[in-house]
Formats: sequence, structure tokens, C-alpha cells
Amino acid sequence: MMEEVKDVSAGSVHGDTIKVTEVLQDGDTLTFIIVSQKLSGTGEYHVDRTYDDFEWLQQHLYTQEDVPGIQGVIFPPLPVRPQVNASAKVMKQLGFLALGEWQPYCRALETFLQQVVAHRLLSKNPALELFLTSADPPGRQKIKKNLFNRLSQAMEEMRKEGHKDVDEFFQTVRDQNLQLTGSSRTAAEKFLDVVLTEQKIAVACGHFSAALHLCVEPGQDPDHKAFSRVCVKLSEVFDSMRKSMMSFSLNDLNTLGLGLDLESRHLEAEKEMLFRRTCKLVELESARRNAERAKPVRKAAMEEVKKASETEFEQICEVAKQEPLSARPCGNAAEESDSVV
Amino acid sequence: MADEDSDEGEDIFVSNSKPESVSRGVSQPERVPEEPEDLFSEERCRSTKANGVHPDDDTDLFAEARTDFNSDKSSSSAQKELSDTPSTSSFSRTPAALHSTSLEQLEEEEAKSSFDVDVAVTNPEKVGDGMNAYMAYKVSTRSSLSMFKSKAFTVRRRFSDFLGLYEKLSVKQSLHGCIIPPPPEKSVVGMTKMKVGMDDPSSVEFLERRRAALERFLQRVVSHPLLLQDPDVREFLERDDLPRAVNTQTLSGAGFLKMITKASDAVSKMTIKMNESDTWFEDKFQEVEAEEQQLRKLHVVVDSLVNHRKELCVNTAIFAKSMAMLGNSEDSTALSRALSQLAEVEDKMEQLHQEQAASDFFIFAELLADYIRLLAAVRGCFDQRVRSWQRWQEAQSTLQKKREAEAKLLWANKPDKLQQAKEEITEWEARVTQYERDFDRVGMAVRKEVLRFEFGPTVDLLSYNEAWLDRPGE
Repeated sequence: MMEEVKDVSAGSVHGDTIKVTEVLQDGDTLTFIIVSQKLSGTGEYHVDRTYDDFEWLQQHLYTQEDVPGIQGVIFPPLPVRPQVNASAKVMKQLGFLALGEWQPYCRALETFLQQVVAHRLLSKNPALELFLTSADPPGRQKIKKNLFNRLSQAMEEMRKEGHKDVDEFFQTVRDQNLQLTGSSRTAAEKFLDVVLTEQKIAVACGHFSAALHLCVEPGQDPDHKAFSRVCVKLSEVFDSMRKSMMSFSLNDLNTLGLGLDLESRHLEAEKEMLFRRTCKLVELESARRNAERAKPVRKAAMEEVKKASETEFEQICEVAKQEPLSARPCGNAAEESDSVV
Repeated sequence: MADEDSDEGEDIFVSNSKPESVSRGVSQPERVPEEPEDLFSEERCRSTKANGVHPDDDTDLFAEARTDFNSDKSSSSAQKELSDTPSTSSFSRTPAALHSTSLEQLEEEEAKSSFDVDVAVTNPEKVGDGMNAYMAYKVSTRSSLSMFKSKAFTVRRRFSDFLGLYEKLSVKQSLHGCIIPPPPEKSVVGMTKMKVGMDDPSSVEFLERRRAALERFLQRVVSHPLLLQDPDVREFLERDDLPRAVNTQTLSGAGFLKMITKASDAVSKMTIKMNESDTWFEDKFQEVEAEEQQLRKLHVVVDSLVNHRKELCVNTAIFAKSMAMLGNSEDSTALSRALSQLAEVEDKMEQLHQEQAASDFFIFAELLADYIRLLAAVRGCFDQRVRSWQRWQEAQSTLQKKREAEAKLLWANKPDKLQQAKEEITEWEARVTQYERDFDRVGMAVRKEVLRFEFGPTVDLLSYNEAWLDRPGE
């Protein structure tokens, strides 16, 4: 595809080279080291960022009000805040990203940054440049949350989700998305169960191996010796089983696990975008109705509002159409299932 | 190659041939072996596979594990039969000074005896319907001993029959200090499933385990020289129709009686401490206890491993389903769907593999549990000795009292009562001597038993281990 060949860059940074190389744990906070190659080819940028910085960046991306149709963008999803010694509920939310000593989490952040840089609209945001290159952490002040925040989907707006679309194309996309989001989330959860069980087996093998080792007793009896010999051998067998089980589970985690997680989060982001569009549609339709029913005094004002709504809506649709809809983000899932198989 | 007696090296060895078939039943509906008559010939004519795991010792006391693969009609699953022929050995130990000569005598006796009885339990079949249904097993015996009516014969038995045999044996033989092999445990869940007629893999597995356990039980009974002589055992093996053993039912009167006696026994054990004069018993007891602890620990760990494996099966299955759903939703990219379906197939295969592994481990756990029960039986045997000692002591104290009473009477000079007292004294003296002799006899029997038992089960366990290690692909 042409997109891949084209040089993806944000300002002075080469997008494809962004790596989150390390994660440092300092008490309860995690700091991530981000390395990216300079576009000029003269070296690298090394910056350290915390999750707050990532959120700051995300907020800035959300609040680009000057870009027309920004609401039609599928914002690359940022993973949930990482917690050291997380509670069970948070662990469940994080899913795969909580395992494997934060390595999958780093991969997820990497993907986030790479997708932002690759996005034709988002990469132009100056905040991104600042984030990737500035030695000092970008401003950590809290920005006011606006309606892009997924938390703002209040319950009463849920009924808008079912609103029938005017455009058949988008209706299909919405239906497809609904199905896929559900299935991919289930698949990710179930796979997480599998991986966790594999880890439990590994631990149990370790216990058994240790217990067998305890059975070894010194003694001159040939029988005793033979028994001890077998115990030792069996203990070794189980130890190697433990290692292999652990490596199975890690491999699963890093390939299919991560892939499923990324996919389900991407589908969620798409769902949010479609929802925003639908809300706009509802708004537009009510504006039209108001304009029709308005008394002549207010008619002009209503018309104005209607026109604004229409333009906005059209812009959103334009932008949305160019987004990768219900398509795999960079073919990740195909690769991931391949490596598992 | 059938090991009856093998003479290796200079030591005096005992080989009891105990062909033990541990059939691993992978979950498959039709598993019935096609040749019911020739069970034993199958076991005998097997090529000895030298165990590569062992170093080449002259004093290789171990079993040579033989694996035989019988492929049934269904190509997807193979029925593996593990036949172990352990050779137990007993060494000349340094027993307590008192019994040194007699102990060596015992060992020599053991070396001479050889058994020629093979039993097998096969073909569980459901008889009857509804809640009154039960599984009937075919018990086949082949023997050249003269006490049996014919060379080979079969009968049908159900689980309560086995339990009945065990009960009868315990009642009769326990006073003689025998180690009675314990039967497999009752399982309400398993049997209810059987009665209801559910045909899922877990109930098939349950049946298989029970069959294997019953076989092991019978083989142990039969290889015990004393028990083999018991007419009840013969009846069990030969008679076509056994009276239904009702006192093995949990909710019967006999069942309750058993529970009460067990409780009172436990209490009496706690209150009376035996004056152990013979360190041999003390040591042995400690050993048995230690071994039991070890095995228990192992069993717990293996159990958890088995459960995790089962969990993995379940989770993999669920995951495969969800992948299938995902694949179905994505009709936009045919490639994606193909891949996810492939992943699903892969997972199903993995699930089968996991089930296999779980059943392997489960056999391990079963064996361990079996041996723990056996060790408990050994402990019971020690307890019998303690009880017989108690009886002796009680008799002695009663005798003492009688003597005192006699002395008082002498002093009080009442001739008629004196006569009675003298009679009682002679009676009790007889009893005391009797009990003392009993005690000694029990002591001897226990020693003999323990020697026989020595390392027997451990070796079985190990031979299974060896076979398991040799299995390809693990």
C-alpha cells in the first residue's frame, strides 16, 4: 500500500522508528523511555515519559478544534493507566498488558505513538513534536476534559447508538463494527484465560519438581538410591516442562494476545468515532426539524444552525470515509495468528 | 518374558510376579478389547524393551516397563497398555536380636513361594436401568493351583461385591496382622452419573479408573499367600452368583456400625500408649509414616497439576469457539477469516493433546492415592498388633486382680470361694499365655507382611515413572 512506502514523519521524527525501549519502575510510577530516529538522520531522540504525559498528548489530539471534521477521526487508542500491584478489577481491564512485566504494555504504547505519527491529520499537531523530542516533560497541567473523552458517553446517549443511518455505507460499517467489537473482546478475554492457565500449569510443574526433589534421601540401599535417581530425573523433567510452559505462555502473550488486545481496542475507538458521527446526525436532523417548524422570526437563525450542522456532518463523513474502517490496523491480526499457528 | 523367579547377583531376592495392567483409557466411546479370552497371553508374549533410562547395572532391580500399543478401529485414539512386572526384593536386614533367626527363615520362605494366579478385571457393562442400575465387571482368573476347580474361569461381579470381599477379609484376617489391600473408594457422583446414563468423557474416565483400581486390588489380594487361602477369596473368584453384600451400603445399619467402631477405635488409640519393646516396629512405623507424608505431599501437587490441565482444556475450547465467532463476523477479509479458522483448528488439536496429558497426570495422581491408601492399611496392620498387645496387658492385669482376690480369700479363709477363685486364676493364666502368644504371632506376621510389602509399591510407582519418561513427545 502506498501509505507504507510514504515517509511517515511528524516534524523531525521518523515515525517507523519510534520505540519504547525500556520501562522503569520507581515505587508506584512507571517511566517509559522512548527512542526515535531524527529525520535528518543525525541521531536519536531519547525522552522519558510517564503515563500522564501520554494522556496530555491524547488530550491535545482531541482538542484540535481547528481541524475540520476532527470528530470523524478514529483516535488511536491509548491503553488504560498502568498500575503497579493492581487490584483485580484493574488487572482485568488491562488484560494482556498487565502480564509479561509490562513488555506488552510498552508494545501497546509504541503502537499508539506510531499510529498517531502515521495519521495524516493527527501528525500535524505540534504537541506530538513536543512529546517526542523535548527533553523536558511536556506540560503536565490538566486540560479540561471535553466531549471526546469516552467517559462522557452518558447513559442517555446510548439510545442514540441505535439511530438509523441515512447513509447505507455507514450503516453497514456500524453493524459490522458492533459485531466485531463484541467478538474480538470475547476472544481476547478467553485467550487471556488460556494464557493465565498456562502460567498456572507452569507454576504447578515447578512445585511438583521441588516436591520430588525433597523425596530424594540419602541411603545406601540400592532401592533407595534407585528411587532417588528416578525422583531426580522426574524432577528435572518437570522443571523443563515448567520452562517450556512458561515460554509457551509468554510467546502466546506477545503474539496473539497482544494482537487481539490491540484489535479490540482499535475497534472500540472506531465505535466511538461512529458514535460521534451518529450523534452529529441526530443533532443535524433535529436542527432540520427546528428550521422547518420555526416561526419566521427565528427562521433565519435556525437556518444558520442547520447549515452549520450540515457542514460539520459532511466534514465528519468525509474524514471518516478515509479512515481505516473495520480493517485490521496495519494487518496486525493476520501476522499475530500466523506466528501462533 | 514372564518373570517368575529371577536370580540376580549374590543377594537373596524375591520376585513376585505381579503383572499389573494400567490401561490408559483416553476418552473414547468404544474401547472394548476384541479378544476377551486371551487377556493373559497378551500380557505374557511381549518383547522386553530394555529401558534406556537406566544405567547398566547388574543389580538392576527395576521393572522393565513395557508399552504395547493397541490401535482400535478409531484411528484418532490409541489404547496404551502399560504392563509392569516389578521384581520386589527384600534384603537381609538386621532385625532385633530376638527374632534374627526366624526372620531369615521367613525370607527364605518368601523366596521359595511363587504364585501362579492371574486375575484381570475387564468389560464393565451396565446392567439394569434407572437408579437401580449398576456396572458389572468381568473377573477372569487363570491359575494352575489345585485348589481351584479349573484352569481358567470368569465371573461377573459388581462393585459392592468387591467391597463385601474386603469387609469379610478385614474381619477375619485383621486379628492375624495381615495387611489387607484397600479397595477403591465409593463415589456417589460417579455412580449417579453412571446410573443416569450420561455418556460424557469424564464418566468413561471414571469407569476406567475404577476398573483399574479394582484390578490392582484383586491382584494384591491374590498375591498375598494367606489371603489366597481364604475360602471367601476363592468363592469370590469362582462362584457364579454371590449373595448381594448389603452391609457395604453406606446408609445401612452395618454402615453405621462401622462408623461407630472406627470412631471408638480412634479414641482408644489415642488413650493407650504401647510400651514398645521392639525397636524394629518403632522404626518401621516411623518409616511408613514418613513415606505416607511424602506421598501425600506429592499427591496434593499432582492433583493441582491435573486440575490446571483440565482447566486449560476447557479454556482452550472456549477460546476456539470465540475465535470461530470472530472469524465468522469478519466477512470483509476472507484471508482473515481463513486464518482465524486455522487458529481454531489448531486450538482444538491442542485441546485434545491437553486432555491426554491430563489423563496421564491423573493416573499418576491415582497411583499416588492408591499407595497412600495402602500405607494406611499398613498402619492399620501395626494397629492390630497394638490392639493385641492391649488385650494381653488387660488380661495380665485381670489375672493380677484375681490373684489378689485369691490372696484375700486365703487370708479370710473362705474355702468354697477359694476354689472358685483358683479356677478363675487358672483360666486367666491360660488366657494370658494365649494372648501373649497371639501377640508374638501377630508381631511375626506383621514383620512378614511389612517385609513383603517393602518397597513393593514404591517400585511399582517408579516403574510407571520410567515408562512415562520414555514416552515419546513429552
